[in-house]
Amino acid sequence: MTNQISRRHLLQASAALAATLPVRTAFAADTVIGFIYVGSRDDYGYNQAHAVGAAALKKMPGIKVVEEEKVPETEAVEKTMESMINLDGATLLFPTSYGYFSPHVLKLANKYPKVRFEHAGGLWTEKDPKNVGSYFGYIDEAQHVAGIVAGATTKTGKLGFVAAKPIPQLLRNVNAFMLGAKLANPNATLQVIFTGDWSMPVKEAEATNSLIDAGVDVVTCHVDGPKTVMENAARRGAMISSYHVNAAPLAPELHLTGAEWNWEVLYPRFVKMFTSGESIPNFYRGGLKEELVKVAPYGPKVSEAARKQADDIKAKLTAGNYVIYKGPLKDNKGNTVIAAGVERPQTDPELEKMNYLVEGVIGATS
Amino acid sequence: MKADVRPRTHDKSRFTPHLFPPPQAGEGKGGGLRLAGAAEYVVIPALALAAALAVFGIFVALFGKDPAALYLYMYQGAFGTWFSWQNTLSRAAPLILTALCTALPAQLGLVIIGGEGAFLVGALAATSAALALPAAPPFLVQLAMALAGMAAGGAWIAFSGALQHYRGVNETISSLLLVYIALAVLNQLVEGPMRDPSSLNKPSSHEIGAANMIGTIPGLDVHWGLAFGIIAAVLAYILIFQTVFGFAARVAGGNVRAAKVVGLGVGRLILIACFLAGAAAGLAGMFEVAAVQGRANANLAAGYGFTGILVSFLARHNPLAIIPVAVLLGGINASGGLLQRRLGLPDASVLVLQGMIFISVLASETLYGRFAIFRRGG
Repeated sequence: MTNQISRRHLLQASAALAATLPVRTAFAADTVIGFIYVGSRDDYGYNQAHAVGAAALKKMPGIKVVEEEKVPETEAVEKTMESMINLDGATLLFPTSYGYFSPHVLKLANKYPKVRFEHAGGLWTEKDPKNVGSYFGYIDEAQHVAGIVAGATTKTGKLGFVAAKPIPQLLRNVNAFMLGAKLANPNATLQVIFTGDWSMPVKEAEATNSLIDAGVDVVTCHVDGPKTVMENAARRGAMISSYHVNAAPLAPELHLTGAEWNWEVLYPRFVKMFTSGESIPNFYRGGLKEELVKVAPYGPKVSEAARKQADDIKAKLTAGNYVIYKGPLKDNKGNTVIAAGVERPQTDPELEKMNYLVEGVIGATS
Repeated sequence: MKADVRPRTHDKSRFTPHLFPPPQAGEGKGGGLRLAGAAEYVVIPALALAAALAVFGIFVALFGKDPAALYLYMYQGAFGTWFSWQNTLSRAAPLILTALCTALPAQLGLVIIGGEGAFLVGALAATSAALALPAAPPFLVQLAMALAGMAAGGAWIAFSGALQHYRGVNETISSLLLVYIALAVLNQLVEGPMRDPSSLNKPSSHEIGAANMIGTIPGLDVHWGLAFGIIAAVLAYILIFQTVFGFAARVAGGNVRAAKVVGLGVGRLILIACFLAGAAAGLAGMFEVAAVQGRANANLAAGYGFTGILVSFLARHNPLAIIPVAVLLGGINASGGLLQRRLGLPDASVLVLQGMIFISVLASETLYGRFAIFRRGG
C-alpha cells in the first residue's frame, strides 16, 4: 500500500517536473494519439467516418489527438507518422487508409517498436510486427440490411450502385445489397457502374445520372466520398442509401437508410485498452454484433413492413446467427459460386477473394 | 566581345551570326557585372518569396490564427530539427528529377507538363525489369531498373516532342494528355496482367523483393534518389550552359527560325532534350518503386510529376536553381503537417501558400533589369 502511494507521489513529482520543461509538457501530461487520413476530414465518407471516431477520443480525459488530412500513400505518410512521433510525442497512431499498411506502416513499426500502430484494413498477419494492429468492419452486413429497405421501397424495381474498383471488399457490399434487396423484392435488379478509382467526382456524378436515366430510383455507392453521388441522386429526385457516414442531412426526405462505420465506438474501446496497459488484439474484425458498423436510422419513405423486415434481419445479424452468403448462389453469368448447402460466414477466407457479381446485378467486374 | 543584341522572337531583321541570344543575363559580360547580375537572380526571388509569406501570414491572421506561430511552425516543421531536414529532403528528392522534365525542354521553348506520365511509365518499366530478373544480383537488377525507367520515361516525353516537331501538335496539351494515358496503362496493368493475385483489395504488381530495394544515403534517412537528383541537375546545367548541344538548344529556343537558318537540326535537338527530360522523370519513378513502394500500384500516382512543373517554373528552368527550390517546396510540404496539427489549418492552406509563391515569383519577372543597383559597372 505504502509502496503504491509513494509511486503515485513519484508520478506527481515527475509530472510537475515535466511541466517546468516547456517542450516536453505535452508529452508527459497526455497520451498523444495521431490520426492520418488519405482524403479530407469532411468528405461525408471514409475519412469523415474516421474523423468522427477521432472526435470521440477528444472527449476522453488525458488524451490529446493530432490529425493530418490528405496524406498520400507514399513516403509522405511515413514522414507524417515520424513527425507525429518525434515532434508531437504520439505513442498510438491510426493511419486510416488501406494503402498505408504495406510498406509504410510496417517500415515505421520496425523503426519505432515502442509506438503502437493501428491500421484500418484488417491486413495484419502473424509475420508482421507485434506493435501493429489492423482492424476492419464487416460493413456488408449493414449494406445487406440497407438492401432490404431499398428493395422494399423501390417503385421501379431498379436499384443503382456507383462503385470505385471491383475489389473483393467492394464486391461484398454490392452483393450483400443485392441479396438484401432480393429478400424484399425477388424481381429487383441492381445496376452497378465502376468509375475506376476511389475519388472521381465527375465520373461519379455521370454514373449517378446515367443510372437514374435508366430508371433507377434508389442509389447507393462505395467510393471514398459519397457526397457527389448522394447530392446528385437527390437532386434528380431519386432515393438514397448512404455509405460510410449518414447522408441524411444532405436530403432528409429522400434518405432511406445506409451502411455506416461505427469507429466512435471502436476507438474509445482501443484507447482504453491502450492506456490501461492491456494489449489491443493485432487482428480485429467484426460487424453489427461487435458494433463496428451500424445501420443508419430509417427515413420517412420507409414503410412499416420494410422496417420490420429489415429490423428482423438486423436482429439476427446482431445476434450472430444469420449468414448472408449461402448456397445455392449463382453469379450474374449463371455460374454457381456457392453450392447448395454451403454457408459462408463472415470469417470465411473465401469471401476475401470474392470476384463475382451475384444474380440480379447488372454489370461486369472487368 | 559579343554584340549585345537581345533576341526578339518576331524580329525579321537581317540575320547575322552575332544574333545568338544570351539566355542568361550576365553571361559573356564583365566580371563585376556578372556578380551583380547573379545577385539580382537571388535577391528578387527571395523578395518574391518573402512577399508571398507575408500575404499568407495576413491570410492566416484573417482565420484568427497567430501569424508568428505560423512562421515558427513552418520553420520548425521544415528546417527546425534534424528530423525536419530529413523530412524536407526526402520530399524534395523526387521533385528535383521531375522538375528537370519541364526544365530541359524549356530551353528549347517547349512547355512540357507531362512529367507525371513519364514518372509513371518509368516506374512501371522499372518494376517490370526487376520482375523479369528474379535471379540476378541486386546491383544488376537496380541498374536494369534505372535503365528501363529512364528509357520508358524518355520515350514517353520524346513522343510528345516528336508530335510537336513532326505533326505540329501542341506539346503542352499532348504531354498532359499522355499523363492520363500513362495512368490508365498503370491501372490496367496492375489490375490485370501484372497483378499479384494475393493483392486482393489493393491491386498491385508482385514485389521486387527486399534484396533489390535501394537503401538510404548513409547518415541520412533519405533515399539515394536525392543524390541522383542533384547529380542529374548538375549534369543538366553543364549540358545546357557548357556544351555545344546546350548552346544550340538555347539558340533554337530563342529563335527557331534563326536556328534553322544556321543549319541546326532542330528536330534532333527537340527529341534529345525531351528524351533526357523524360528520362529524369522516369528515374524518379524508378526510385519511387525501388526505394519507397517496392512494387507498382496506384500509390505511385501521387503528383510528384505535377509538383515538378511548379519547381521548374519557380527555378526559371535553371537546373541548378531547381535544387534549392525543390528543397524549399519539400520544406513547405513537410511543414504542412505541423500547420494542420498545431494551428488546425486545413490541408488546402499549403496549396494556397504554394499558389501565392508561384504567382509572386512569376509576377516578379517584371522586376528584372529595373534596379540600378544590379547594373553597377555596366
